[in-house]
Amino acid sequence: MGQSHSMTINGRSLDVRLDDPDTPLLYVLRNEVGLRGPRFGCGLGQCGACTVHVDGQIVRSCVTPLSSLKPESKIVTLEGLGTPEAPHPVQAAFVEEQAAQCGYCINGMIMTSAAFLNDKPKPSEAEIRQALAGNLCRCGTHARIVRAVQRAATSL
Amino acid sequence: MPTTQLSRRHVLQGGAIIVGFSLSRSLPTVAASGTAPSKAVALDEVDSYLALERDGSAIVYSGKVDLGTGVQTALTQMAADELDLPLSRVRVIQGDTALTPDQGPTYGSLSIQNGGTQIRAAAATARRKLVQLASERLGTPADALVTRDGRVTPAAGGEGIAYADLLKDGHFSLKLDKDAPSKNPDAFSFVGKSVARLDIPAKIYASSTYMQDVKLPGMLHGRVIRPPAIEARLTAVDEASVAGMPGLVKVVREGDFLGVVATSEWTAIKAAEKLSATWSKAETLPEQSRLWEHVRATPVVKEDVTSNVGDADAAMSKAARTLKATYDFAIHTHGSIGPSCAVAEPEGDALTVWTASQMTHALRTQLSAMFSLPPDKVRCIYVEGSGCYGRNGHEDAAADAAILARAVGKPVRVQWSRADEHGWDPKGPPTLIDLSAGLDDNGAVTAWSSQFHIPVGAAGSVPLVAATLAGLPHETALAPGNIVHNSAIPYGFPNVKTVCRRLATTPLRPSWIRTPGRMQNTFANEAFFDECAAAAGVDPLDYRLRSLADARGTEVLRRVAALAKWESRPSPKGDAKDQGDVQTGRGLSYVKYELYRTYVAAVAEVEVERRTGMIRAKRVFVVQDCGQIINPDGVRNQIEGNVIQTVSRVLKEEVMFDRSRVTSTDWASYPILTFPEVPEIVMELIDRPRDKPWGAGEPSAAVIPAAISNAVFDAIGLRLRSVPFTPEKVKTALQRT
Repeated sequence: MGQSHSMTINGRSLDVRLDDPDTPLLYVLRNEVGLRGPRFGCGLGQCGACTVHVDGQIVRSCVTPLSSLKPESKIVTLEGLGTPEAPHPVQAAFVEEQAAQCGYCINGMIMTSAAFLNDKPKPSEAEIRQALAGNLCRCGTHARIVRAVQRAATSL
Repeated sequence: MPTTQLSRRHVLQGGAIIVGFSLSRSLPTVAASGTAPSKAVALDEVDSYLALERDGSAIVYSGKVDLGTGVQTALTQMAADELDLPLSRVRVIQGDTALTPDQGPTYGSLSIQNGGTQIRAAAATARRKLVQLASERLGTPADALVTRDGRVTPAAGGEGIAYADLLKDGHFSLKLDKDAPSKNPDAFSFVGKSVARLDIPAKIYASSTYMQDVKLPGMLHGRVIRPPAIEARLTAVDEASVAGMPGLVKVVREGDFLGVVATSEWTAIKAAEKLSATWSKAETLPEQSRLWEHVRATPVVKEDVTSNVGDADAAMSKAARTLKATYDFAIHTHGSIGPSCAVAEPEGDALTVWTASQMTHALRTQLSAMFSLPPDKVRCIYVEGSGCYGRNGHEDAAADAAILARAVGKPVRVQWSRADEHGWDPKGPPTLIDLSAGLDDNGAVTAWSSQFHIPVGAAGSVPLVAATLAGLPHETALAPGNIVHNSAIPYGFPNVKTVCRRLATTPLRPSWIRTPGRMQNTFANEAFFDECAAAAGVDPLDYRLRSLADARGTEVLRRVAALAKWESRPSPKGDAKDQGDVQTGRGLSYVKYELYRTYVAAVAEVEVERRTGMIRAKRVFVVQDCGQIINPDGVRNQIEGNVIQTVSRVLKEEVMFDRSRVTSTDWASYPILTFPEVPEIVMELIDRPRDKPWGAGEPSAAVIPAAISNAVFDAIGLRLRSVPFTPEKVKTALQRT
């Protein structure tokens, strides 16, 4: 059933079959591919919990239909960013700073910060805050998250 | 890449079936199936809280759950210290009605204070038993034995015996002795230290299992379609509107409950949007613009007098001058970043629910009532979800999943939409507070009188939406939380009367949101007290210290003043008009939580932009004394969260509604604080290792609203008495002056 779609996720090529080619990327990643990094928060592109990288750019996967992506688009999720053995500097910094409470928003915080630091390796605190202005956190972990991004910036 | 699923394997363990979360390092393997407890769960049995494994590790069974607050780590620290085990050999199973004791819901800042203390007592009782067993085995007196690294050894030296070899089957079969000697705080290895949180790495590397990640074999996806108006009746459903949708399994209707079940989540979402249903009109809510008139006109069921000292009325009439003011605090939503989610699996007449509920035991009671099942046929298993900050929609999603799963006879996962969460989670009720004070010639308060207009009810079980809509058995009493707390004041005035007028109804289904009642009540008390200080022309710190005869309270106030470099002078600054458009101020606030525990004092520094009415919280200083601190960094994380979340609530948040329903159903219509708006937070913790550990999850939130109101008054001489302090309210008030 459904059409086959080729995708490149975390460096691996794979095919998924979908009834609806307009299925948002988030549901493909979570339910078809079995990834847990990107999270459903609003389905409206308002909170950032679902953030992934597509060709190095941050994308809100909850409002990105699969049909809008090219098969060769390189999709990277939190799983593909780093591992405990080989962490991305942003991930290592988040652990160091204990920058999570419930952690539900943290995927978006890390993915957004990683892409941001790639573009701007030595940001000011105000620039970090601005870069994360579209990512919502309800637990109030903001101060730690900013410190983690600052720490990551010094280690990059 | 395979789809990650719960792998089910049958394991012989008291006949229970074990479900392993195959990709999870954060979750222990948990026994499943909706049957009676397979182990002790009574509150007075050591085995209810603790089990020793053959490998020498210990399992802690906690009825309190980690809602993202770090409690799992703190409980591990407490148990490991009491048992003399390394942290790596203690794991915690949380909130499983078949395995954990019912230690009450995870609310009220009681997880460490009550839950942790019970676990500590169980561990202390267990350790004493282990020493006694070793004493018999070794022929050495108990007082010549020590526990170390999972072994009982002679203090004089020698190999001793491993715990696991002292207990045949890992069970203690022992009553918990709450007076069992607990470890000397000087000997703690973990308590009092900032042990890194055990759950954080998995969250950073995407290997944790949130409720939203739980999958069962054969699981279907459900979605609910809520009425377009509260109390609207479902008059017709046009199933033809979704006929033929690939993957749609069933449209489920029961009374006014409507949902769809599909093979994929996206199909369920589309079907829920497409399904055509007809509802009756309903306009049961008051006009929002007349909310406070409505609250004032709501029938009063009873009056709770929460303090009565001297004769406040008589003293008021004799006072040299009197002040009167009315404060109000808007309806708030919990605003979890991940909307509520649950998975339910029916098995014959049994039901198992995986839920992020803060109260799995109470939820089991509710579900068993809803479906007329014996409680031992319902099992609720906690899986961490998005932070809930009180009773949000997690329990309702569980009831939704259960009703849909029973309708299709298969496991069903229900994921609420953003609009479901914002629209249908229970709300922090509107709070209206009248205060008056009488001052003598010296400006001292001689009379204090207050009336809190708040809904009747306490904590308990919030009626489940699905049960209500489907006409299934459910509670009808309001459960707004214990919102009378901190209506009485910590100050020693000679004449005080504080009264809670308990209202029969409140506009939206109420529940508790972080610091319920204590926040609203402390806002009014501490801001109005600041009004008195200003009327007396006295510095707000001096004014508080004069009326406070509590050494620990005095200490947090003095220390926060030092931390913030508090300048002694009355508010307002007085040079307000000369400062141009942006003016700065500072405000002080204090709470003794529930008047018996955690002390917090805070100073907020704000900027007010006169032209736009915008308030910016620039810096917040906090000093807290919560007795014995288990994990200082954990406490700091909670305080940061309390400050930021409350600044958000106070400056920005208000649930909007029309006569039919909540209309602020997304983050655009219910904005919360964003990164550029977050204040700097400076804090000091007072640790008292020999005292009881008190709660830290909420108290520091209670002081924030008044600290900001007082700071704004200091800056521009304008008293804000209505939360949220929106730019519109500030501008309007400025125009009036």
